[in-house]
Formats: sequence, C-alpha cells, structure tokens
Amino acid sequence: MRMKQLKLSTIALALGLGSIGAAQAGDITIATVNNGHMVEMQKLSDKFEAANPGINVKWVVLEEGTLRQRVTTDISTKGGQFDIMTIGMYEAPIWGEKGWLKELKFGSAYDVNDILPAMRGGLSHEGKLYAAPFYGESSMIMYRKDLVADAGMTMGDNPSWGHIRDIAAAVHNPDKGVYGICLRGKPGWGDNMAFLTTMVNSFGGRWFDEGWKPQLDSPAWSHAVNFYVDLLTNYGPPGSSSNSFNEILALYNEGKCGMWIDATIAASFITDPKQSKVADKIAFAQSPIAVTKRGANWLWAWSLAIPAGSKNTADAQKFIEWATSKEYIELVAATNGWGSVPTGTRASTYKNANFQNAAVFADAELKAILSAQPENSTLEPTPYVGVQFAAIPEFQAIGTAVGQQMTAALAGQISVEEALEKAQKAADREMRKARYYK
Amino acid sequence: MTSFKTELQAIAVPPMFAFEPTLENFSIVQERSDYMKYAINSVITSFGATFLALVIAVPSAYSMAFFPTKRTKDILLWMLSTKMLPAVGVLMPIYLLTKGAGLLDNVLSLIIIFTMINLPIIMWMLFTYFKEIPKEILEACRMDGATTLGELRHVVMPLSWGGITSTGLLSIVLCWNEAFWSINLTSADAGTLTALIASYSSPEGLFWAKLSAASTLACAPIVVFGWFCQKQLVQGLTFGAVK
Repeated sequence: MRMKQLKLSTIALALGLGSIGAAQAGDITIATVNNGHMVEMQKLSDKFEAANPGINVKWVVLEEGTLRQRVTTDISTKGGQFDIMTIGMYEAPIWGEKGWLKELKFGSAYDVNDILPAMRGGLSHEGKLYAAPFYGESSMIMYRKDLVADAGMTMGDNPSWGHIRDIAAAVHNPDKGVYGICLRGKPGWGDNMAFLTTMVNSFGGRWFDEGWKPQLDSPAWSHAVNFYVDLLTNYGPPGSSSNSFNEILALYNEGKCGMWIDATIAASFITDPKQSKVADKIAFAQSPIAVTKRGANWLWAWSLAIPAGSKNTADAQKFIEWATSKEYIELVAATNGWGSVPTGTRASTYKNANFQNAAVFADAELKAILSAQPENSTLEPTPYVGVQFAAIPEFQAIGTAVGQQMTAALAGQISVEEALEKAQKAADREMRKARYYK
Repeated sequence: MTSFKTELQAIAVPPMFAFEPTLENFSIVQERSDYMKYAINSVITSFGATFLALVIAVPSAYSMAFFPTKRTKDILLWMLSTKMLPAVGVLMPIYLLTKGAGLLDNVLSLIIIFTMINLPIIMWMLFTYFKEIPKEILEACRMDGATTLGELRHVVMPLSWGGITSTGLLSIVLCWNEAFWSINLTSADAGTLTALIASYSSPEGLFWAKLSAASTLACAPIVVFGWFCQKQLVQGLTFGAVK
C-alpha cells in the first residue's frame, strides 16, 4: 500500500513539474538581445497583447552569441522554441538562403515600401524579405561642439582622419576628465571590428580579394590599424581595449569624450537630457575618410524574423507587423517622446515634423544611412557584400579572431605588425578550411 | 560592489573603491525581470535534482562501499570520466532527446540533467563517507536481524548523516550555479537564475553595474543558504578526517 502511494506521489510530482514551463496555445516566444530599443519593445508589448486578445508574448533575452547558438540549434533540430528572433543584417540573407527563415509578406496597410531601400535590401535574399527592421543604423561622428569651438577647430562632413587626430589632440584634456576621442576596442566582429572595418575601407583596404584571399597583410590594413592604435593610445580614455558601445555611451553621457565615431542610434541617447549631461552640446558629422569615401560608414539593422520551425507563424507575423509598423513608432513617441523612437527604418519617420523637431540628429543619421552601400564598400573590388562585415558564414569566426588580435595591439601586448600577421594567418586558415581556395 | 555603482563608476579606470552607493541597478533588474519566476525555478531544479540524485546515489554507494566487486573501482572511475566530457559535446543529442520527450523549456528536463551531471560526484563522496563506517557495526546489526534496508536506514544513514548533508549541500550549490544547460534547454518559462544573469549581457558592450546587480540577486539566496548550513557542511567535509 505504501509503495503504491509512493509511486502515485512520484507520478503526480513529475506531472506537476512537467506542467511548470509548458507553453500554452496562443503564446509566442521572442528571443531578443539586451539593448535599449528592445527593452522598450518588451515594456510596450502589453499594448500588443491588449489589442490582440489570445496572444501572449513571452520573452527570452540572451547575449548575442548565445542567441545565435540557441537559434541555430533550435532551427537545425526543428525544436520550435522560438517564434520570433532578433537578428542582424549579417544573418538575415545567409539564413534566408538556407531556408531557416520564413519569408515575410505584409499587407498594404503595413506599407513595406516605406522601409528604407538600404534596409530592405540588406534583409532580403533574391528579392524575398526575411526580416523586418526594428531599428537601423549607420555610423557617424558625434562630437562636442563646445569643446571643438573652444579649441578653435571646425568639423565638417567626411573630414580626413588627419583632421580627426588634430581635433582629438586639441580637445584632449585628461586633467579635466575629457578625452579627445572614444572608439570601440573590445574584441568582436560586431564590436571593434565593425568600427575598424569602416576605417580600413576608408584607408583603401578590404577583407578579401576577388579570389577570397584575406588581405590583412596589405599596407592599407597596416596604415589604418597603426593610426587607430596611435589615436586611441594618445587621445583615448584609459582602458579603451575593453570599451564597446555601452561603455562609451556611459562615458559620453558624462561628458568624458570629445568625439565618438559609432552607431547613429547613439544619437538618440546622447541628446536625451534625461540620460546625458551634455545633451545640448552635441553636433554630428559624416564619418571620416582617408583615401576613399566608400565603406567609411557602416549599415546595420536589428530586425525581427520568424524561424522556419515556428509553430505559431500567424501570430508571430502579427507581432512583427506591429513592432515594425509606423504605429509602433508613434506609440514610442507618445510614451517617451519623438527623440526616443527607433530610427533608421522608415522614410516616414524622417518626414515627420515632430521627429525633425525633436531629433537634432535626424538629417545626419538619414544621410549616413542613405550613403552606405553594402555592394560597393571598398576601393578595390571584392567578392562579398557588406560594409563592416563580409556576408559569408565564416566571417563571424574570422572577425572575432582578428578582433582579438587588434585588441591585443591596442592594449600594447603585441605590436600592430604582429597582430596583423597573426590575424592574416587565422583568416587564411579559416578560409582554407571552408574550401574557398586550396 | 559594482552592483552599487553607477554605470560610469563601474567602468572607471582605475577602479573606484570610494563612491556613493546606489540601489538603482537593483530596482531596474526587478522592474525588467520576473526575478521570482527565475528564483523559484532555481529552487525547484536545485532541490529536485539533489533529492533525485541522493535517492539514486545513497543505495548505490552503500552497495559499492559494503559489497564491492572486482569491478567496483572501474565503475566509479567510469562514472567520474563522464565529467570529463565537455557539455557542448552532447548538446545536440540531449537537445533532441529533450525535444522528443516534449520537455524543452521545462524544469523536469533540468532536474533530470542536473541529476545526471552531479551523480558521479555525489556517488564518489558518499562512497568515501560510507567507507569510513566500520564493517563490524554492520555485522553486529545483521546478527541482530536487520534487513538490508533497515541496515541502510537505521545504521548507515544516521552514522554518515553529516556526509550526506554536505554532499546534498554541495549538489544544491552546483545545480544552482549550472548555466550551460539552463540557457540551452529553456526559453521563456523554465529559465533559472543563471539564465537571468545571461539576459543582462548586451550585444555591444556591457552594462556592468546592472549585470552585477543581476548576479548579486542570483547569488544571494544560495550564499544565505550556505551561511545557515555551514555547520553541517564543515562537519560533513571533515567527517573521518581524524580517527
């Protein structure tokens, strides 16, 4: 009798535990990353649920690398754990081609033609849209106009890198806690290498030649990386080798940086008086150039896509339509103000008078986005598409390996030449392994 | 300490030791995440897996300690060798098995996995504790007519209670801190506190202060628990140290 009771209790316990965490019909699970606009979307998703009774939105926030690993595992095993995931411009065309993503088709009310062509193109493969942009960005110079003026300097669009160095030297004043220039140094293909690639592009370099041979041992790479290391060593904040977007954002908002060249999306944060102590002292200019304008500023979009294994495609599509719509942008504006809306996706946002009034960066941001050309981003021809990355599956590993060498050079652990030599070897090994050449 | 700093103070070089503490990061974490859901999942998985592992390990270790065969040592070594396999090496088969059983994003799958990964260590520890018990005591109790179950229940377990408790505590701590499987086998519902910490990692740099606040909140319950149980832990770990 006691044994029977024990068995029944065990079964009841197992069933009870089994029910904890079981997904219900009508649930959509969204895998996303932890950045400002995504967190805001999470907060506002109550409105979507209220407007769509029966759909319950669940969130999984993961680190970018973990998110990719989870999603690829889930897609390859058809796990169906996620109905929507946040991906970038790098993954969308590659995964779309592999059949890992569902094609997105929207009705006329969505106004797909309002999405900026550069964004639509970057998220499509063979004309099919695989992800809808939630917010988009390019890169530009964000500088302290008060400090630059006080130093007797001027800043125009697309200044030379030499002029940037002169301005950095002029405004650099560590005794007062102001550093000439803040740039990314943390290793990662989407961290320091995103910035460094645009710099190399403008110095006339490229990742691969037409035969897919890595070009990290070229003079252009050497010039660009030496310039970058010298610039940050002399006029950057201490600890630059561990700084990425969020760390520099904290520094900039406290008035510690004279200049920052990074994602245009930063403009909405640094001009927000609630976050920034220098909100009214900032001006913008197009990215610096060395020998060419091509590829001097990047193009990126954080987007929402439906994995092929999703079991709730219709509801997922409804959510994507809502989160990437004009109405969502208006909802954010009504909640947080027009200066805080997700930008870089829709032409209508930039035409909106309220947005133009609230966002002093609007024109500079749009100009930067429209000038980026992923198909033509280097001085010499290349076989790849992408400004700050090469849209091939191997790039993620190569970019991160190279980024680690660049960080080591910036931290003074190895010389730039040594870093580039090691980076070239790593890239060559990866490309050979992938059979791009023998 | 970083969790009580602002983001700027958190990344200051050199590190700041004197600063005005703030609780802002904790309130942001509480506001953004359902902390209790993650904490409850951590409690269920840690205690559930430890209970299940002890239910399996106590009789097994008893058998190996008091009725060894010529293969006992080999079996123990084989069990320990499974700990040498990197978890990622079995990610796909485990993921497929979990999916096949319909247990993705379910605490039951975590309980089973945690049990399996900690079982070798628990077995080894219990085996070592049971070996310390003089066989003569068991022989005396058999002469008094005790059954195997009675021997285990009334003699072996009371004598090695400190060892069993400390093994259980260690297992709870190991389960609590397990991140790989928690992150990979759960999504929205069954995530544990380690998954909560992972969610505060950002794609472009880190919000160090908020990440530290999430880590502090995740560690706090197990630190408090360990503090209350330190007497049993020390007693168990020193069991048999002095004869």
